[in-house]
Amino acid sequence: MSDFTSPLWPWFIAITTVLSIGACAGLLWWVARKKIHALNDNTTGHIWDEDLVELNHPMPRWWMGLFVVTIVFAVGYLVLFPGLGAFAGLGRWSSVQQHTEEVQQAKADAAPVYARLAPLTHAQLAADPEAMAIAGRLFLNHCAQCHGSDARGSRGFPDLTDRDWLWGGDPEQIRHSITEGRNGVMPALAGALGSSQDVLRVADFVLSLSSRTAPPDLSDPVQAKFAVCAACHGANGGGNPQVGAPNLRDDIWLHGSGRDNIVSIINKGKNNAMPAQKDRLTPAQIQLLTAYVWRFSNSATRKP
Amino acid sequence: MKRQPESQALTPGLQPMFFAEATIHPRTVKGRFANLRWLVVGATQAVFYGLPWINWGERPAIWFDLGARRFFLFDWVLYPHDFIFLATLLILCALGLFWVTAAAGRIWCGYACPQTVYTEIFMWIERVTCGTREQRLKLERSPWSLAKVRCIGSKHLLWLTVALWTGLTFVAYFIPFPKLLHELLHFTLSPSEAFWVLFYSAATYGNAGFMREQVCKYMCPYARFQSAMFDPHTWIVTYDSRRGEPRGSRRRGAEVKPGQGDCIDCTLCVQVCPTGIDIRKGLQYECIGCAACIDMCDQVMDKVGSPRGLIRYSTQAATQAPARADTSWLRQLARPRIVIYVSLWLVLAVAWVWALSTRPSIRLDVVRDRSVLARWVPGGAIENVYRLHAMNASSKDQRLRLSVEGLPGLKLVDAPILQLPAAQAVWVVVHVHVAESAATPLKPGSHAIRFTGEWLDKHGLPATLTEPTTFLRPR
Repeated sequence: MSDFTSPLWPWFIAITTVLSIGACAGLLWWVARKKIHALNDNTTGHIWDEDLVELNHPMPRWWMGLFVVTIVFAVGYLVLFPGLGAFAGLGRWSSVQQHTEEVQQAKADAAPVYARLAPLTHAQLAADPEAMAIAGRLFLNHCAQCHGSDARGSRGFPDLTDRDWLWGGDPEQIRHSITEGRNGVMPALAGALGSSQDVLRVADFVLSLSSRTAPPDLSDPVQAKFAVCAACHGANGGGNPQVGAPNLRDDIWLHGSGRDNIVSIINKGKNNAMPAQKDRLTPAQIQLLTAYVWRFSNSATRKP
Repeated sequence: MKRQPESQALTPGLQPMFFAEATIHPRTVKGRFANLRWLVVGATQAVFYGLPWINWGERPAIWFDLGARRFFLFDWVLYPHDFIFLATLLILCALGLFWVTAAAGRIWCGYACPQTVYTEIFMWIERVTCGTREQRLKLERSPWSLAKVRCIGSKHLLWLTVALWTGLTFVAYFIPFPKLLHELLHFTLSPSEAFWVLFYSAATYGNAGFMREQVCKYMCPYARFQSAMFDPHTWIVTYDSRRGEPRGSRRRGAEVKPGQGDCIDCTLCVQVCPTGIDIRKGLQYECIGCAACIDMCDQVMDKVGSPRGLIRYSTQAATQAPARADTSWLRQLARPRIVIYVSLWLVLAVAWVWALSTRPSIRLDVVRDRSVLARWVPGGAIENVYRLHAMNASSKDQRLRLSVEGLPGLKLVDAPILQLPAAQAVWVVVHVHVAESAATPLKPGSHAIRFTGEWLDKHGLPATLTEPTTFLRPR
């Protein structure tokens, strides 16, 4: 009854309910005793519209019994279950309690399955059809909203199948990403780099990294500006999974390819978060999802 | 003792608004129509009790698997999506009831309605355990004795057995019988299974054992709206009052006196009536058209030497003005009302059978991926992602070959063959590309495309289905 702003309403409901049931019972008691006058032709003597007469046809008594049953049921229900205002009922039933019990029951039912899978390694899980079927459903329920049904992501949401890892692709790193979430921060660096011309030059240089085989020559004045970026992205632009700095050399552009997008990111920075799942998923579920995600880049077939 | 509610209510003066109707003990009747009814009882119950025992491969032939949301009817596997077939079947039943009622009155009630059928079975048990109508009435009046307890006890024991078996059979349409019986014998029925077994058993026991004609008189809506479907040409149980009145007793073999009708007022037609009415008062809403009074009256007429048919299936038009009414079958059925009902019914029935028999054995739903609208892939092609829900609506494993069409350069990237295990539905994620050369001229926005599935049906013939969807090109 916490939905109500005033304690008046539970009382209003309870009193109205009790009065209504009482009124119904009283009506039944009254009609059970009431006699009506029947004439010789088995009519009540009431005439409407000149010739419409009312035939005397009493109801069977079991019908009255049904009415009594509804009242008995209502009283029994209101004693056992919540319904009478704020009274919780002697049965102490609540929808929250029932939901909790059903969730516990479902967990207990699933426990043997997870118990079988618990000792398996990531590689073994990835090869287990039942484990992957469960993980596939978990993925569609919890991950596909951002990463897509096929786990290949879209702009802003990383592709999980391409062997390019922001935070590392080891099972342990994947597990950490799912459990605790990740928060990737690229600061706005326009001021640090200098003029807008400098930003453009650095963007062009970043673009060139993907096609470069040799490490950048940081003695070059233009390339020297890249030292600001190298703090996170590494001296050769290869990225740093410790801080989630992307590899700039693999032609994979999470927030859009092309010079304009890169300039925009340098100027404005970027904050991109993966929410922590530890409150929604159990460690056993996360273990399955880890193997599922790990499998994309560690098996012959990359199809989900 | 045939107690009539009317006679009680007819007493003038102050009367209660509710009263207990006395139990009706109908006299057992033999004859053509009683035999017909037993034939229908046998046929319907052979189907009802027998079907759950028939297996179809590894599973019951008829199995409404609510947990898996699959409905197995012999070779067919119906999904919840096929609800239209059940809805249409129910409409067909209703329409069928309409035209049968308009043509021949309440023969459904009198012969095939479960209320009648189980009442008939329960009355047979009553007769076996407690004897004929006279013996039962005597037993009812007699004080409690060992013999009375034995009769009534064995009656209820048999009733309960039949009722319990009926409840089990009902639930067996949802839980296969071997599993159900195993659970019953090991006391491991789930609460819902136990509830439905007991509920259906209690309904059978109560309705066929105790409520009987009260169900027809006070609960059944059909009894109340039959008047909307009757007309003077409807074939109903009628008493030929022109021939029968004025009624009066006469000795066996005695000539009918001038001015006297054929009805000897023996009241046997009232004694056999399961709803306790007097058919000689004309059409009444309580009459379920069971023809017990016809069988009875024919026997009486045979005994007194008068022609049969004082009570017979006839129409009001024919009995009220026999000279003018054309009573031929054809004339009786060739009424606009019947013709319209039957035409509607036939159209619907043919459509239903056609739709069910040509129903594809595979269903396909195409769902666009909810997060990825479209993406460019290295090389310049555009990619869209779809989730396909492919449902095998047959009892055999099937292979579905997928293709996409509707745009130049459109192609399915993934393996086109889907393996669909029998009666299973699978979700697969597929990628569709528009090749680089065709991607550039494609207008940004949504384009209609379609998925096509091809497979071999149960006769080995190629079958196809198409499912429309959209392909998006990013700006």
